[in-house]
Amino acid sequence: MPFIPHTEADVSEMLAAIGAPSIDALFDEIPANLRAAPLAGIPPGLNEMQVMQLMRARARQDGLPLCFIGAGAYDHFIPSAVWAIVTRGEFYSAYTPYQAEASQGTLQTIYEYQSMIAALTGMEVSNASLYDGATALAEAALMAVRTNRKSKSARILVPRAVNPHYRAVCASSASQQGLKFEDVAYDPASGQTARSALAAWDNEDVTAIVIQQPNFFGTLEDVDALTDWAHAKGALVIASVNPTSLALLKPPGQWGTKGADIAVGDGQPLGCPLSSGGPYFGFMTTRMEYVRQMPGRIVGRTVDLEGRPGFALTLQAREQHIRRGKATSNICTNQGLLMVAGTLYTALMGSEGLSRVARACMARSDELVKALTALPGVRAAFSGARFHEAVLLLDRPVAPVLQALAERGIEGGFDLGKHYPELGPALLVCATETRSTDDIALYASTLRDILQTARTA
Amino acid sequence: MSNVPQDRLYARSHEWVRELADGTIELGITDHAQHALGDLVFVEVPEVGREVAAGGACAVVESVKAASDVYSPIAGTVVAVNEQLAAAPEQINQDPYGAGWIMRLKATAPLAGAGLLSPAEYASVLASN
Amino acid sequence: MSTSIREPLIFDYSRTGRGATAQWVAEEAAPALPAALRRVTPPALPAASELAVVRHYTRLSQLNFSIDTHFYPLGSCTMKYNPKACNSAALLPEFTGRHPLASEKHSQGFLRCMHELQEMLQEVTGMQSVSLSPMAGAHGEFAGVAMIRAYHLARGDVDRNEIIVPQAAHGTNPATATMCGCVVREISVNADGDVNIDELRAAVGPRTAGIMLTNPSTLGVFERRIEEVARLVHEAGGLLYYDGANLNAILGKVRPGDMGFDVIHMNLHKTFSTPHGGGGPGAGAVGVGPRLVPFLPVPLVGVEKRAGGEHFRLLTEADRPQSIGRLTGFMGNAGVLLRAYVYMRMLGREGMSRVGEYATLNSNYLFARLQKAGFEAAYPERRASHEFILTLKRLAAERGVTAMDVAKRLLDYGFHAPTTYFPLLVPECLLIEPTETESKETLDAFVTAMSEILREAAEKPEQLKGAPFTMPVRRLDDVRAARELDLVHR
Repeated sequence: MPFIPHTEADVSEMLAAIGAPSIDALFDEIPANLRAAPLAGIPPGLNEMQVMQLMRARARQDGLPLCFIGAGAYDHFIPSAVWAIVTRGEFYSAYTPYQAEASQGTLQTIYEYQSMIAALTGMEVSNASLYDGATALAEAALMAVRTNRKSKSARILVPRAVNPHYRAVCASSASQQGLKFEDVAYDPASGQTARSALAAWDNEDVTAIVIQQPNFFGTLEDVDALTDWAHAKGALVIASVNPTSLALLKPPGQWGTKGADIAVGDGQPLGCPLSSGGPYFGFMTTRMEYVRQMPGRIVGRTVDLEGRPGFALTLQAREQHIRRGKATSNICTNQGLLMVAGTLYTALMGSEGLSRVARACMARSDELVKALTALPGVRAAFSGARFHEAVLLLDRPVAPVLQALAERGIEGGFDLGKHYPELGPALLVCATETRSTDDIALYASTLRDILQTARTA
Repeated sequence: MSNVPQDRLYARSHEWVRELADGTIELGITDHAQHALGDLVFVEVPEVGREVAAGGACAVVESVKAASDVYSPIAGTVVAVNEQLAAAPEQINQDPYGAGWIMRLKATAPLAGAGLLSPAEYASVLASN
Repeated sequence: MSTSIREPLIFDYSRTGRGATAQWVAEEAAPALPAALRRVTPPALPAASELAVVRHYTRLSQLNFSIDTHFYPLGSCTMKYNPKACNSAALLPEFTGRHPLASEKHSQGFLRCMHELQEMLQEVTGMQSVSLSPMAGAHGEFAGVAMIRAYHLARGDVDRNEIIVPQAAHGTNPATATMCGCVVREISVNADGDVNIDELRAAVGPRTAGIMLTNPSTLGVFERRIEEVARLVHEAGGLLYYDGANLNAILGKVRPGDMGFDVIHMNLHKTFSTPHGGGGPGAGAVGVGPRLVPFLPVPLVGVEKRAGGEHFRLLTEADRPQSIGRLTGFMGNAGVLLRAYVYMRMLGREGMSRVGEYATLNSNYLFARLQKAGFEAAYPERRASHEFILTLKRLAAERGVTAMDVAKRLLDYGFHAPTTYFPLLVPECLLIEPTETESKETLDAFVTAMSEILREAAEKPEQLKGAPFTMPVRRLDDVRAARELDLVHR
């Protein structure tokens, strides 16, 4: 029996110890009319060889296209050591570290993770991870409302240049508690959230503003001006950031005069493969003075009975298993294993390795934009400085072009038509350090063919 | 057996109140309550100026394994909070009736009508539990 | 496990000028950044060699208990073996390399797996439709309660905002209700472990949005009057939410849909054996009955017949205008979903039913043997489900030995502690769940250890207060951890 070690002799001895005539008799408290019929809709079992053959066939169907999509998930090089250690059974199959004495490995790793993420974002404290960047942003909005007690409006300003999937998750996750998310326009020339777009809110109560850096278009925001504007009117600043970019970009803790109040983001670029969207991990850091409003698990360093250093979950009274209906969040299971991947990746890269990745991403994407905008019918949408993504405008609908590229093994980017119809045919493209000059040349020549064929057709 | 001083009144939810010389009402949690919670690690006090309703939650006391609301048995306005508890929540464990006071209120009605328990009544509530 | 390992912080291996240089990409000249946006001081990350990093985290891993090394009789957590094939399949390069926004052309293999997973989960739960996107149990709970709210609001039934939960519910239930803008009404549980029907009858009414239940309950017993509960709640206009934390107990034996539940979340990291990963990731797929289908969170995987076969695609808000929306950046923990899919395909139809059977057999066997060894059952008259509760209240009163002491001492015997102090309403409780993947020998060894500890409690109770003795650390000072917050290395 797959994954069940019992022999027939075991079963008889066990039933005798229980005093039951059969396994079926153990279900005698379940009303007979509720007992399930055989599960006809489930296929018969496969052995490991068969299931791996099946999965390899399914995987082959998807292939390994050349990918130029970013839009919140980035194809970075992952050192072999990361997943070699992440998949060690002692990390992979361990439980949540509630029994601290039997979980020092996970607990110390979390403490080191908290230290690295706090350093990267320039903030004072970090939690042990949330689900992903989108839910981390929704949690940050809820946290801002709990923290900013002077503001009564529960109004959160969210620029349209923030990842539209993140905005959707905020709306579906936090509006039940009365939060109001308000759009802020972007400047159509630069692609930045302009200070002038905030004028409408100058005299209104605002609980917090979200600033995404780089924004969804890949454009860099004037984070200092936006942060100071918010703080001057008593609003908190929630930074949503790409961790790779923080090797080069001013960290949220140093934005404006006082720094951002909460920083969140998706840790995927730090050692998590694309994997169809997950598992990744969300990170969240904040000021020490707000730590009790932060959701999720937190690890602290302390001492044991003999005075030796050790690590334990702390501030648990914020959490659902103690505070129940008054908890900061209902989150329980988080993304622990991916947090381990992020810690390993960051430890291997260090500040120098990460800044090389960031610079290579910028160089490659700059090369990509130059190569593609050299084609007739393709131009850059925005003038603002960029990190590793860019919006390109095409002279024809995007979807058929993307489909033609896919037919030739290239995932050409993310179609912005659904979320930003005002841009016309617009495509968000990305190149990371993993895309070579040859890859970019292949994309450019393939796109040229497709555009030409369509023109002559 | 818990300590139940004679110089104040009690609520069933284990808070104590006493009237100070200036007429304000001081509020804290009882020795029984601090003992049941264990070592306190954090106390969340309200802002000065906040209005609290009779029976309303006005503070939170937190130990490692529990968090508990503190209810004000009387309606009033918070006029002072014990700032020292932020750095030293253990004061409530060490001296729940003295240095461990939580807040002072300007009551909107006299204590007499608030349905509070006398020390003897509170002691018998504890004994019957 | 060695007690001599004391592993410093990764930062202690750091030296200026050192680094895992083989993993670094070549230095490149990047376009200049505007001066005001540039980082001035590099982040204080470790600068350590590859070997130092590998050795450090390998050593840290060795300080952990895990399923691969230890038995975890951890009630309500279903710590069963995580088959290695599930991991290998999910880590095939085409799957790890697939971008979540990839074209349908490069997605048919993955989407077919996800569509079949939806259908298999529908079948085992008796629900009509499944969404895979919630990323953990609590996230699935949120989806479920949000759908219940959306259902009532769509009918113009705007006042229904009360969620009924039994006293013994997981903390996530009331926390979820609050996140959905609902208020919680608790009802008590009878001495025999079933919910108090009279209190339920009094609690339901025109404000009832729904009830959240686990069955078997968190007390490790099957809620025998579930049909009556369902009738009462439905008659009052409310819906029934099934918390799938304990689904392992009844897999293949009873289906939540047949019990009358309208919505369920499944913890794939429990019942369908994806790893706990030291705290996550999980996956909290939700299944619904007919009334809630339009409200399922997007994206869902849909299928259409085309020339040449079935074509799979993601269904979004455009396909499901009444959806509660998107709960994750993409489609949840896809890699976890792939692992659950592989597990279900390996078990197949017969294997699925065996899960509930052998989990229940192991649980009842351990329950019988531990009672015989002198431990007191919290619900002695009841059949154990996949888990059961012992209460140590007598031991605590007579010897001063608490459930925590016994739990900590078990670590010295090489067993992870059972769940302690949950559910709160049973004093000094141990909630024990052996799962179906443990052998009789392992269960017997656990009984031997528990008997030893009982003997120690009688002979030298004060010594148990100091346990554990053989772990990398002794009991930690939680009070200091919370009062003198040291949360990051400086």
